[in-house]
Amino acid sequence: MLTQLTHDIATLSRRGLLAASAGLVLGLAAFGPAKAADDTIKVGVLHSLSGTMAISETTLKDTILFLIDEQNKKGGLLGKKLEAVVVDPASNWPLFAEKARELITKDKVAVVFGCWTSVSRKSVLPVFKELNNILFYPVQYEGEESERNVFYTGAAPNQQAIPAVDYLMKDEKVKRWVLAGTDYVYPRTTNKILEAYLKSKGVKQEDIMINYTPFGHSDWQTIVADIKKFGSAGKKTAVVSTINGDANVPFYKELGNQGIKATDIPVVAFSVGEEELAGIDTKPLLGHLAAWNYFESIKTPANEKFIKEWQAYTKNPKRTTNDPMEAHVIGFNMWVKAVEKVKSTDADKVIDALPGTETPNLTGGVSKMLPNHHITKPVFIGEIKANGQFDVVWKTPGLVAGDAWSKELEGSKDLIGDWVGKKCGNYNTKTNKCGGQGT
Amino acid sequence: MRTEEAAILPPPPTFCRGRPVVANVFDRLRTLVLSVFLIAAFALPAFAGAFEDAVAKFANDEFSDTEEAIGTIATSGNPLAFPIISALGEDRLSADPDTRKVFITQADGKIIDAATGAAVDKLPDNAASVRLNNRLRRTVEAALGGLTLLSPDPVKRIAAAQSVFKTHDETMLPVVDGALAKETNKAAKQAFAEARAAILLYKQDATDVEKLEAIVAVKARGDQEAMALLTGLGSDQSPAVASAAANATAAIQRTLALWSTVQNAWYGLSLGSVLLLAAIGLAITFGVMGVINMAHGEMVMIGAYTTFVVQETIRTSYPGLFDYSLLIAVPLAFIVAGAIGVLIERTIIRFLYGRPLETLLATWGLSLVLQQAVRTAFGPTNREVGNPSWMSGAFELGQITITYNRLWILCFTLAVFAILLAMLRYTALGLEMRAVTQNRRMAASMGIATSRVDALTFGLGSGIAGIAGVALSQIDNVSPNLGQSYIIDSFMVVVFGGVGNLWGTLVGAFTLGIANKFLEPVAGAVLAKIAILVLIILFIQKRPRGLFALKGRAVEA
Repeated sequence: MLTQLTHDIATLSRRGLLAASAGLVLGLAAFGPAKAADDTIKVGVLHSLSGTMAISETTLKDTILFLIDEQNKKGGLLGKKLEAVVVDPASNWPLFAEKARELITKDKVAVVFGCWTSVSRKSVLPVFKELNNILFYPVQYEGEESERNVFYTGAAPNQQAIPAVDYLMKDEKVKRWVLAGTDYVYPRTTNKILEAYLKSKGVKQEDIMINYTPFGHSDWQTIVADIKKFGSAGKKTAVVSTINGDANVPFYKELGNQGIKATDIPVVAFSVGEEELAGIDTKPLLGHLAAWNYFESIKTPANEKFIKEWQAYTKNPKRTTNDPMEAHVIGFNMWVKAVEKVKSTDADKVIDALPGTETPNLTGGVSKMLPNHHITKPVFIGEIKANGQFDVVWKTPGLVAGDAWSKELEGSKDLIGDWVGKKCGNYNTKTNKCGGQGT
Repeated sequence: MRTEEAAILPPPPTFCRGRPVVANVFDRLRTLVLSVFLIAAFALPAFAGAFEDAVAKFANDEFSDTEEAIGTIATSGNPLAFPIISALGEDRLSADPDTRKVFITQADGKIIDAATGAAVDKLPDNAASVRLNNRLRRTVEAALGGLTLLSPDPVKRIAAAQSVFKTHDETMLPVVDGALAKETNKAAKQAFAEARAAILLYKQDATDVEKLEAIVAVKARGDQEAMALLTGLGSDQSPAVASAAANATAAIQRTLALWSTVQNAWYGLSLGSVLLLAAIGLAITFGVMGVINMAHGEMVMIGAYTTFVVQETIRTSYPGLFDYSLLIAVPLAFIVAGAIGVLIERTIIRFLYGRPLETLLATWGLSLVLQQAVRTAFGPTNREVGNPSWMSGAFELGQITITYNRLWILCFTLAVFAILLAMLRYTALGLEMRAVTQNRRMAASMGIATSRVDALTFGLGSGIAGIAGVALSQIDNVSPNLGQSYIIDSFMVVVFGGVGNLWGTLVGAFTLGIANKFLEPVAGAVLAKIAILVLIILFIQKRPRGLFALKGRAVEA
């Protein structure tokens, strides 16, 4: 005990005055029982650095490294330095599960930040349940899930898709809808939810066109011509796009070349952010929309500070920021707060402490972790500008709470996730039983 | 004189431009003089006040205020109205929220005060460009349409008439009528007539006769916009108009259905040309040499990245050459990819001839190595390769839209194919290649350096893949994964067309492209692709050597 204290004082003198107060708190925390021997807390980063998803996920790996660096500059956490353990699951879904197991059992990480596609998340779920660890998942997804070990910091459909459709209906008076997506679980579920929602608003079946394309689809001629045809029925038409990252570039190029302007048929996208636009000439896309919970162009002191520090960290004055990055910022800060609150990185304690944790987001609000392990977020609609950034044209009046289970779908409208009171991810409010039917 | 006239008359109401009040009192000439006077003395200042207020509204940064301002300015008759609204539409209008002054950045970079037209040295530091959303962009378009209907440039007049056709705003009718009466340009006249018809069709108090005439005019236009206009008519029309509109819609639909077949055929050709371009290189390395080259796609990717590097260099050093960037990139991509191809052949593939399984694994591994190398060198994100101006946009042919980039790629593919064919047939290297691939030992005994020919053939195939990359960079992502999306398609084309036969590759590519595009509208993109794969599997069962099988002893050897 005494040696521990002298050791701490010794470290204190080395740290300098600024960190002294933090050090004192940390020194006290170090009296806690286990793990005192290790002087670092390990944080797992499970993002693809090679393969098809590297385009999106590499930035998220850098974000976590940046956040850890910032936290260590502030004196670390519980008196220990944070240490990132980066693995590369190589866009290979089964490898995600293997790498997750490696992180937890071999490297003994306290928490993992990772995954992008829903299929990778589904692939690591059993590992996190079995080994009882924590995953922060930063990407907008299709919902219909609430797991004890996972915290969803990206948008659920009611935090992105539904407000976007509302905006088009009210402000653009859209009457006819094209739901275009890549053929996998996220677009299919989102479109199912949207279709049910549109019908509940009185849109007829013949005014909805649903279209799926394979991953990486590059020949959009037919589909764009179809959209043009569908849009010439005398009613205002819009495209709701859940087209996945890479296929967007040729899609937008074809739209631009065939002369479909946003003033005629606007396209609102859920997977197109600043990063995706970096690869295209955005002038023909002026006015097409995207719905996110964060845009780089939003002017708040927190966001401007974040962008400045991020660009300094990456040594690239042009490096863009995007929505999933903000989700990681929120998730990381929430985790730090929860760990500080329970003074431990023990998974069970942190999982119990996380719901209710509040942390400022980068757009001027305060996001809160909800009992269903989703967070509250503002929703913004941005129009693409000629410089590849978004101009916010609409936002929700307040923060929107994420629904784990969609209220629009027959199979899930009675379900809620509640890990605080009911200790259950799919509690059926009609039958009052846990383990209700999901989709 | 000025004071005298002003004294006689009561102060004129703001919206009265003189004439009616005084016509009874003065003779015609004096009336004319007077009206000029009144405009000069009273009307302009009165309008100018409203005009200036409207201009200042841009500084509020509220969409609703901007919309009001556009309305007031467009109808003000002020000579600055057109520059202001066109600057707004082109993102050249900026406002200072503190001083509430609004500025126009002119096309030549000079800056003027929007309210007065006075020249300004530079924009204030906190001036921000006036923001628009889609609704406002439509308002701007409509206002510009109104302002340019009488422009001396017929192209602008036609564009304006077309924007009126879309908005069919009733208040534009007198202007359109006036413009129509004195229009001499044939195309512009027709555009005005169509715009007039569109307005009448939607005008509440237009007679049935007018509406029926309008339907005939709109029907004659016969495109999708005409159909949108006709189907958008409300249900409150008289039976005669409603049935005429329904008939016209049906007629347009019939023509459009016919055109959509033509359109599918064109899309099929276009997709076929992309498939062919991606596959020609493979037709050499796999088809002629028999090397199962899984790294073929990566050669395409290297070609695309070469284009990116060329464009970056041009952007930073010689911006004027941008439109020629692709012409410069083609030979460079050929050399870079070809050199890498020769290197691969010399260091890896030559040890593996006759061992297809090992070749497959080695080249597959190589493709991963090349992808990761590019990812490390250029980063994992997409790189922007711009379209030169002659490859952007589209033109209308009848009722189909043909985009320039697809058209150029089709021409380019056919040119590459023709050159390659000529090379194989008429050059010494081509002769040696054919000799070596048909009977290696015989060729060797005739004094051909077979290993050199092998290296060059592989280099040629890779170089052509590199050229394909230049073209594909125009329609697809330039990312490390670019090649992967083409490798399966390329093998499909070569196997379907018949291994070892370039003509087979050509026919195979266009067949698959057209079949795909005719299936796609019926089955959707995903099912169409599956259906094509199933058809190929069945076809290969029936004809294992593809469409055009090579015959003779050489094949069995």
